[in-house]
Amino acid sequence: MQNPVEKTAATAQTVASATHPVAAAAEPHIDLSVSPADEIKTTTCYMCACRCGIKVYLKNGKVRYIEGNRDHPVNKGVLCGKGSAGIMQHYAPSRLRNPLLRVGERGSGEFKEISWDEALGLATTWLGDVRKDDPKKLAFFTGRDQSQSLTGWWAMQYGTPNFAAHGGFCSVNMAAGGLYTFGGSFWEFGEPDWEHTKYFLLFGVAEDHGSNPIKTALGKLKGRGAKVVSINPVRTGYNAIADEWLGIKPGTDGLLVGALIHEMLRTENVDLEYLVRYTNAPWLVIRDPGSPDDGLFARDADGKPIVFDKRTNELAAGSRIDISPAVVGEFTLADGRKAVPVFRLIAERYLGNEYAPDAVAKETGVPGDTIRRIAAEIADVAFKQTVTLPLKWTDWAGREHDSITGRPVSMHAMRGISAHSNGFHTCRLIHILQILLGTIDVPGGFRYKAPFPRPAPPPNKPVGKPSQIAAGKPLPGMHLGFVAGPEDLLMEADGTPTRIDKAYSWDAPIAAHGLMHMVITNAALADPYPVDVLFLYMANMSWNSSMNIGATLNYLTAKHDDGTYKIPKIIYSDAYASEMVAYADLILPDTTYLERYDCISMLDRPISDADAPADAIRHPVVKPDRNVRGFQDVLIDLGSRLKLPGFTKEDGTARYPGGYPDYIVNHERSPGIGPLIGWRGEDGNSFGVGKPNPKQLERYIANGSFHVHHLEPGHRYMKHANKGYLEFAKASGFVGSTDPIIFQLYSEPLQKFRLAARGHGPIQPPAQHKQRIERFFDPLPFWYPPFEGTMIDDRAFPMHAITQRPMHMYHSWGSQNAWLRQITNANRLYMSRTRAALLGIEDDDWVWISSHIGRVKAQVKLMEGVNDDTVWTWNAIGKRSGTWGLDKDAPEATQGFLLNHLIAELLPPRDGGYRYSNSDPVTGQAAWYDLRVKIEKAPAGEAHETWPRFEPLKSPPGVSAPSTLSYGREFKGGKA
Amino acid sequence: MTSLPAPSAKKLGLVIDLDTCVGCQACATSCKEWNTSGYSAPLSDHDPYGADPHGAWLNRIHAYDVGEGATSRTVHFPRSCLHCETPACVTVCPTGASYKRAEDGIVLVNPDTCIGCKLCSWACPYGAREYDYADGVMKKCTLCVDRIYNETLDPQDRVPACVKACPTGARHFGDLGDESSAVSQLVKAREGYDLMPEMGYKPVNKYLPPRPRRDAATTPSTPSTAAPVKTDGSATEKLFAWADKLLSR
Repeated sequence: MQNPVEKTAATAQTVASATHPVAAAAEPHIDLSVSPADEIKTTTCYMCACRCGIKVYLKNGKVRYIEGNRDHPVNKGVLCGKGSAGIMQHYAPSRLRNPLLRVGERGSGEFKEISWDEALGLATTWLGDVRKDDPKKLAFFTGRDQSQSLTGWWAMQYGTPNFAAHGGFCSVNMAAGGLYTFGGSFWEFGEPDWEHTKYFLLFGVAEDHGSNPIKTALGKLKGRGAKVVSINPVRTGYNAIADEWLGIKPGTDGLLVGALIHEMLRTENVDLEYLVRYTNAPWLVIRDPGSPDDGLFARDADGKPIVFDKRTNELAAGSRIDISPAVVGEFTLADGRKAVPVFRLIAERYLGNEYAPDAVAKETGVPGDTIRRIAAEIADVAFKQTVTLPLKWTDWAGREHDSITGRPVSMHAMRGISAHSNGFHTCRLIHILQILLGTIDVPGGFRYKAPFPRPAPPPNKPVGKPSQIAAGKPLPGMHLGFVAGPEDLLMEADGTPTRIDKAYSWDAPIAAHGLMHMVITNAALADPYPVDVLFLYMANMSWNSSMNIGATLNYLTAKHDDGTYKIPKIIYSDAYASEMVAYADLILPDTTYLERYDCISMLDRPISDADAPADAIRHPVVKPDRNVRGFQDVLIDLGSRLKLPGFTKEDGTARYPGGYPDYIVNHERSPGIGPLIGWRGEDGNSFGVGKPNPKQLERYIANGSFHVHHLEPGHRYMKHANKGYLEFAKASGFVGSTDPIIFQLYSEPLQKFRLAARGHGPIQPPAQHKQRIERFFDPLPFWYPPFEGTMIDDRAFPMHAITQRPMHMYHSWGSQNAWLRQITNANRLYMSRTRAALLGIEDDDWVWISSHIGRVKAQVKLMEGVNDDTVWTWNAIGKRSGTWGLDKDAPEATQGFLLNHLIAELLPPRDGGYRYSNSDPVTGQAAWYDLRVKIEKAPAGEAHETWPRFEPLKSPPGVSAPSTLSYGREFKGGKA
Repeated sequence: MTSLPAPSAKKLGLVIDLDTCVGCQACATSCKEWNTSGYSAPLSDHDPYGADPHGAWLNRIHAYDVGEGATSRTVHFPRSCLHCETPACVTVCPTGASYKRAEDGIVLVNPDTCIGCKLCSWACPYGAREYDYADGVMKKCTLCVDRIYNETLDPQDRVPACVKACPTGARHFGDLGDESSAVSQLVKAREGYDLMPEMGYKPVNKYLPPRPRRDAATTPSTPSTAAPVKTDGSATEKLFAWADKLLSR
């Protein structure tokens, strides 16, 4: 390196002598072919949940460069701003280096470094004591875990009902909304038919799932003139390049979609043939108010739903193909009672005035004319611009077809829907619009990705009833499943939830992902009961992953009168010095994504695309330079130390002595079905089902660390009713039967809950839950205002407050990254220029943001592209001082802020004082975006830093940051 | 002062599509990641974990509100060296460290002769030069000169790192001196433009403007749907009559 001081000294002299042009003739010689790597290894990115294939360039044992893998099915060579900054995540000074044992008060950050033997010995004692006494006293919740099929199975073997990952505060209402409707889902479980769609609607789509496929597709859609419509209160990212942006008021998407459905029905733009073939539109619903089966499907002697056949004018089994089912009318059942087809109920509901475009305009902020125009555009594309692909296929009834015709309108939706208390029903409304148009799994529509479709809802039930929990014993099945009625809830006889998070109780009956956001609160309040050990992985629950942070910190540190903690023991695994570390008692330091094995499994959340089931692995491309272990290895080790049945051989020795890679290859969930689908069988030639192949990981690595199985052309569409696909899916272990998957426009399981609330059946909600179950378990989706605005004085808190995800940050992780934090290290409160003017607020002013539970101070940035009634900020930029390896005066701590302080984890009391969680009432999904606030200019004396600020945390041992970074100097050819 | 070579026939550069740039920063971080260990190594960062983190970046992305109210747009704008045909940053250089390659027109800095006087950063109207405080020299976009001719890379990877990474396909690389090249054709088809042409530096890089919006401001409701129909029971009866037909499975 040249010394900058010497150069400065030379400057004046050189400049003074340069009065004549310097000859340009002699260009310096540059070596244009410096080899950038000694070795290039492929693995899978973990900078967000997109899980792209990457090539890691290694030089002198260090990471030189990370690029997208062109052959990979997810990203096809591209890589986002996060993935391309992976080097700085891997070498972040925030990394932990040894297991830690708390030695000061909880929250003090006082730790001593201990050995793995000591750490695992302690964990084994704590966990072993609980298991032999009462296993539900362990609450094991994993955050941004990409190995839930292992972590869940471990919890099942342990025997606690208290397991879930972070889905309860992420997406569960939309996962459930999709699975109960058409056996698929938005998020990364399905995708628009990017090649053929001509009209694409995005509802509140964030940039951290399916992010590169969506970006790539948007570029292509715009290139070929497909119209992109975004529905989002904020015009950033994808929304900025949409052909049309609808700056909707938060939480009113369901009303807008209801109005689009209204228009489709009014203008008769509905695919009736699609409806009678693939949906329950013709199924007859009993109309017998007061009876225990009112609102259930009329069924034949075999229990199969029936329809009215217009050819014979008789009732007929709904599955017959030789009939012409009626979709309107009213019919008399054999017992003399009346019944009507589902479609009639749909028409009656959505043609109602409350869904007329002009009626929803004020609430949504979208003019009636605009809604009618969009509806007309959708109808035109769906019904006049169909796409036909020459694909031979066989339908569920065995009939062969030479082609598939699709209605090329597609939709995608994410957090803007899920983070509201009306998200389940709003998501169902979007699916119903798709289905009425006939756009599910057709060319140009929204397509399933394997292992979906599954039956609607999937047949697996939640496990964790009182009779299924026993000291020292595993649960009989996996925790998370799909209730079909009140009989599937997990409750004591008196209605007390068996789970600490109250999932699958009257509070949240269809809590298909659990309620991680309620665990700390409930455990500290012993509601429904206390726990002994709280075990968390990769979840920043003392900061940006919790609502009402101050209260959460109080719960984490609350003590009994005898001085013992109300949550007695907290074990936490993380790779980095996050805010949560200081609130745990025992820290198990994890590796980075470049140092670990993982499997992106078909048993969990694979990387399939619509044309190809696919899964992937991670494998260590660099060795840890510190005393850390991959959490999955640790969990397997703990499993064998605890002698959990699945982790122990009959002779008492470890079943997977080789740790996670041993488990990935050799574990069988059922005979022949393991974590990976590729290269199974002893010879490695089987797909999906086959014996363990000892060389399986080598095959994955040789193939770029993924496996992709291209579906036969005739299996690629209409998967819900495609005989060939369903037979393939059954043989591959994705579904249990080849029966067609019938879309449930009308959801009978919901009606069963409603009937229970009306006093029918053996399991009925207690009085305080009845009204809520009756209202929200409507078998047809409906729009209702988000809860918070209806439970507080909304005139006092007139603005909606939401977050958006910066494309270059994944939750809290980006701030420890030296490059990403240069792009964003402090967040502003964004609001509309016109609204700010009315409030006397100018650009760069500091303001107080107040909600019904507290206030936060932030600096304002004014903008055009935001709904006037909405303020917003970037998610998870605000940090607590002293964390993530950052200096105590980092802007993330002095100016960065979180809205979390303003969001109550419990709704205000009602009905005799009972407080529900701030969640969707059907699924328990956290309602982050229901927040209502008022904005006031801060007095001049307060206008300099954020509030609240908590005591700085002490950095864990070994965490210290350099003042200058010159990464890459050592790689400079010949000049190091 | 440094003189320029005779204009090259080959004019390598980038074409950046403002219609599809979503501001994801992939081009910025992939550039930083490649170049911090490449020809320009390192691209240093000061106070990287502190109160005022700042470092050398060869490509930065900005977001702008353009216009006001209903017709406003949000535009993401990646900014890097435009490899001008008559670059002031070269002619102002007192040592010859800044130079324009005769072969392909790429503007480079020779770190061995750069004295860090910063005259080039004052001269560049596009703000495309970055001073590396740890190295004491100027850094700038090299068009990944150590990738595009690099025989150790797969031929299809011989493009700038930003172009390879860009998820939306908003960045294109090629010879803008060749009218038949894909990038030249793209510029022609999409009416690509120069940044601040009035300055006279003749940038090689081109920007493609955002396509026109297709929203309420540009697409009035069609007459057939503009008249709102009062929804009452008759709409339901009408639908029922339409749907009451023989539907086949």
